[in-house]
Amino acid sequence: MDRLDASMPRICAYRPFRESPAPFGALARSGFRRYSTYRQATIAGSFTNIVFGFLRCYVLLAVAAGAVGGRPAGYDPAQLAMFVWAGQGLLTVVSLWGWSELADRIRSGEVTADLLRPVHPVIGYLAPDLGRALHALIFRFVPPLVVGLIFFDLYLPGRWFTVPLFALSVLFAVVGSLGVRFLVNATAYWLHDARGPMILWTLSAGLLAGLYFPLRFLPGWLAVTLWVATPFPGFLQTPLDVLVERDPPSVQAGLVALQACWAAALLALAAFVQRRAERRLVAQGG
Amino acid sequence: MAELRAYVALLGGQWRSLLSYRASFVVEAITNIGGSALDVVAVLVIFRATPTMAGFTLPEAILMVSLSSCAFNLADFVVGNIERLKTYVRTGMMDSVLVRPLRALPQLVVMDLPLRKALRLLLAVGVLMVALRVNAIDWTPARVALAVVVPLAGGLFFGSIFVLSACLAFWWVDSGEVGNAFTYGGRDFTAYPVPVYAGWFRRIFAYGLGFGFVSYQPALALLGHADPLGLPGWTGFASPLVALVAVGVAAAVWRSGIRYYRSTGS
Repeated sequence: MDRLDASMPRICAYRPFRESPAPFGALARSGFRRYSTYRQATIAGSFTNIVFGFLRCYVLLAVAAGAVGGRPAGYDPAQLAMFVWAGQGLLTVVSLWGWSELADRIRSGEVTADLLRPVHPVIGYLAPDLGRALHALIFRFVPPLVVGLIFFDLYLPGRWFTVPLFALSVLFAVVGSLGVRFLVNATAYWLHDARGPMILWTLSAGLLAGLYFPLRFLPGWLAVTLWVATPFPGFLQTPLDVLVERDPPSVQAGLVALQACWAAALLALAAFVQRRAERRLVAQGG
Repeated sequence: MAELRAYVALLGGQWRSLLSYRASFVVEAITNIGGSALDVVAVLVIFRATPTMAGFTLPEAILMVSLSSCAFNLADFVVGNIERLKTYVRTGMMDSVLVRPLRALPQLVVMDLPLRKALRLLLAVGVLMVALRVNAIDWTPARVALAVVVPLAGGLFFGSIFVLSACLAFWWVDSGEVGNAFTYGGRDFTAYPVPVYAGWFRRIFAYGLGFGFVSYQPALALLGHADPLGLPGWTGFASPLVALVAVGVAAAVWRSGIRYYRSTGS
């Protein structure tokens, strides 16, 4: 113990992502249980998702009605409607907004407790987040979709592999989003207050992930650049494009593969940043 | 006078707390400018995909979104932070607001006046100026007055919506995001011409809640267009009246909310 920094001795220093699956499962279950206790918030959130579903759906349907040929950017009206309603449901699953747990813990100094656990901090946040995402998939994704089905003509996928591919795409979206959220929160190690980076993330996530409009509405070169050079389209646009079968099967699979690469890269980057942060962490509050 | 000094002290504290996290504040301020441009950018992108929306052209749509943006950002700057009321009610911090010898609403507003949001408002006004220039408006004294009054009336209207949404927390502590459906949802609704929406959803938002009078009806009056939905032309000039009604409702609900508030009880 001749090191004087705040990092902790690890049981397995070289393989931070391969700890025992048992605590991983337990942490994931705890994430699920935690969110299943917020019943009123679930109802309130779904109500808001549904109102925004109506707003966005009418706007995109008006675009389809005004567009030449009635297929703006290659989507037909039913695909656009599905894009909006599934998007409102996915919003909470991929948790684009409002996660400041790590930043709050860094500011208060509680993060030191995370460092004492025999689980790598990135894994320690990823596992409960997957549990949270599963809860959201059941209780937040379904209600807007049902309302959309009642009031609008939604596109239903026709290819047999679309739904499993969509599930995989959602998983990568959640992992990637956790990676970015971890990085955004980790700026608090250096800035103490992550509010600025957090707002930047909220704004760019909504815009660049395809929440405000499908990214295909943008000029082609810009959309491709976003897809390849940033992880953002992988959070909403890719799963939704897979679900509404906007592209032929090979492109569908390629987009999900791209998403997987981004998710892996973001997790690795989060682990790297965490390592650097542990060297300079000074616990707040004595 | 003493009261004024108390508000100034609250503002000063706010300012000093901002300056202690400088890097974060700079990022936040820059992002906020981007945030205000966002709804305009969304309209521009959407018009890349279609030449007209419900029969309206891009310049007309820009006029509507800029009126909505001015109104919303004005309200968001002044009373937007009332959103935090739900935290104050849930944690019982509202007690400390109520025991001070100042009025509760101004206190909550000044306790967290978002100085960073001031930049947003400037940008929104700039876009409105451009929108008023690119549309061929037949200027009459009445229309000049309307162009000045509408963003202010809209600000009052959105301010009332902010307060009303926040008041929900008095009766339903875990109301969470429900208020957002009307504040941010209202902003999105008013960003597009009302005929874009349909059925009962349009009737509730545009006429029941009054969002149609924030940007759509006044824009029609400025442009001299007839309403495809059949409302007479003078309704565009009714927006200050609608705003005053909203303020009255919000004030009444706020008062009964404060009276209903029972702390956390521990």
